[in-house]
Amino acid sequence: MMTTDRRGLILGGAALLTVPATARAQGTTQGAVIDITKARTDPIPIAVPALAGGGRGADIARVIQANLRNSGLFRPVDNAAFIQSAEAAAGTPRFQDWRVIGANALVTGRVEDQGGRLRVEFRLWDVLPEQQIQGTAFTAPAAQWRRIAHLISDVIYERLLGEKGYFDTRIVYVAESGPRDRRTRRLAIMDQDGENNRFLTDGSFQVLSPRFHPNAQQIVFMSYFQNQPRVYLFDLNSGSSRVLGSFPGMTLSPRFSPDGRTVVLSYATGGDANIYAVDAGSGAQRQLTSGSGLDVSPCYSPDGSQIVFNSDRGGDQQIYVMSAGGGGARRISFGRGRYATPVWSPRGDLIAFTRISGGQFGIGVMRPDGSGERILSEGWGMEGPTFAPNGRVLAFYRESRASGSRGQGYSARLAQIDIAGFNERQMVTPTDATDPSWSPLLA
Amino acid sequence: MNVKILAALGAIALLSACSNDDQNAAATGAGGSGGLAGAGGMGNVRPGSQEDLVANVGDRVFFDTDSSQVRADGRDVLQRQAAWLARYPQVTVYMEGHADERGTREYNLALGQRRANNARDLLVAAGVSGQRIQTVSYGKDRPAALGSDEASWAQNRRAVTTVR
Repeated sequence: MMTTDRRGLILGGAALLTVPATARAQGTTQGAVIDITKARTDPIPIAVPALAGGGRGADIARVIQANLRNSGLFRPVDNAAFIQSAEAAAGTPRFQDWRVIGANALVTGRVEDQGGRLRVEFRLWDVLPEQQIQGTAFTAPAAQWRRIAHLISDVIYERLLGEKGYFDTRIVYVAESGPRDRRTRRLAIMDQDGENNRFLTDGSFQVLSPRFHPNAQQIVFMSYFQNQPRVYLFDLNSGSSRVLGSFPGMTLSPRFSPDGRTVVLSYATGGDANIYAVDAGSGAQRQLTSGSGLDVSPCYSPDGSQIVFNSDRGGDQQIYVMSAGGGGARRISFGRGRYATPVWSPRGDLIAFTRISGGQFGIGVMRPDGSGERILSEGWGMEGPTFAPNGRVLAFYRESRASGSRGQGYSARLAQIDIAGFNERQMVTPTDATDPSWSPLLA
Repeated sequence: MNVKILAALGAIALLSACSNDDQNAAATGAGGSGGLAGAGGMGNVRPGSQEDLVANVGDRVFFDTDSSQVRADGRDVLQRQAAWLARYPQVTVYMEGHADERGTREYNLALGQRRANNARDLLVAAGVSGQRIQTVSYGKDRPAALGSDEASWAQNRRAVTTVR
């Protein structure tokens, strides 16, 4: 299934609909292109009428609208306000009709069913200068119409915000069900918008901490298969998995290196836990930390030169950065409380973490030198941040406190938040959900 | 047959429901071994079984917040476990380490491992072969008490000896 997803899609970026002067509307203050470096900006009003040609046209427009709305950076104009028909707009947009309803940007397009395959062309317009910003066509098996909608969403995001989007991505997580003392935990994977949810394991053994390979075709995770907690590699195409490395005890908290060739993890033995780098192919292992203390949750910097990790070597849980070969560890968290689960942004500029302070859990970010700490969300329970591939959005999981002695009222749900600290949203999953990991862009 | 099993499970449920008192009683008790004569009274409990361990020795020790040091009351429990294991040399066990929900998952896995390891070391010091004990940590992911309160968390910071 995944194979088709990846290979069945023909990206039509090259072949296209070039209109003279594919204007980017640079420099115009009235145009739709905005500066995303501002921490928070008014969402861009954008009209996304149904793509012409019938069939999936309306569905694709609906998915695009939802993606853009959920980012918090766009405000799709209500379909009921549209004056020009979608069919007519797909021919020639009458810009004044879109201007008067408040749209700064307009998306038009057409869907053509070519016998089981869809050809979807779309155009992105800057309404005020009346210019086409982008024209692209995508071809894919009809069943993958959602991916086309996500790819179009990413193009819109990139052209209007000036940085890559994150909609053509998946999230792998732990699906949880049953009472907490006898919890069933399954690996699950879904599109970033919660659609196409699938379970990858059957729940007969516990799983934790799944993380994507940089090519999104493999997952590394921890499993209690045969009651031996160890790190495994899972291949999404074949569905097969294998133990990583040959450790006589518990391995945990794995994460791929940016080139995907190495997994960094924690090995717990003799009352301590140390960080190891394990070759994903050969299984050859190299110890990176030593001494007393629990060193867990390692994560590479995007250039692969450093590793951020969690350790209680100084007495309580704090965040440290060391060189990727081990050595030179220095503490970077100095705020009030305990710090855990550090993850490096794909942009390199931030480290996200969980903070436990004053009986509250929080998700925050700081610069890799520890400066500029900001708490984005706080509550009774939350942890495990993971960055969207553009570094702009974090997913994590949020827990609600049990209200009774039998655990009534407890829940665990995935959430997203913009790194500027706004637009927190709960994600939709069929069961309780923890330990999200965001894939890179699939295409 | 089914009835017998149910009866045994019922007895366990009752005992674990008041395991705090259990622990206190154990800490002040006379080593417990003499008391095992009472095992006959349990009727359905098979000597050397998990039920026997729970009912007559105590299967678990508790930890303070963020600590992996076995407390004095726990040391007494482990001494009695060592004596019990000496009596049933064929028995091998898991030493399970657990944590409460007020920490992060991955760190708590390592913390649970450290607790299990410390409890195991005390059994070994009391003469049990390390070969008979396999440690495993579940972190905060298998709580014994399901409430979100201090009393539940105290129950969940534990190391539990389970017959394999």
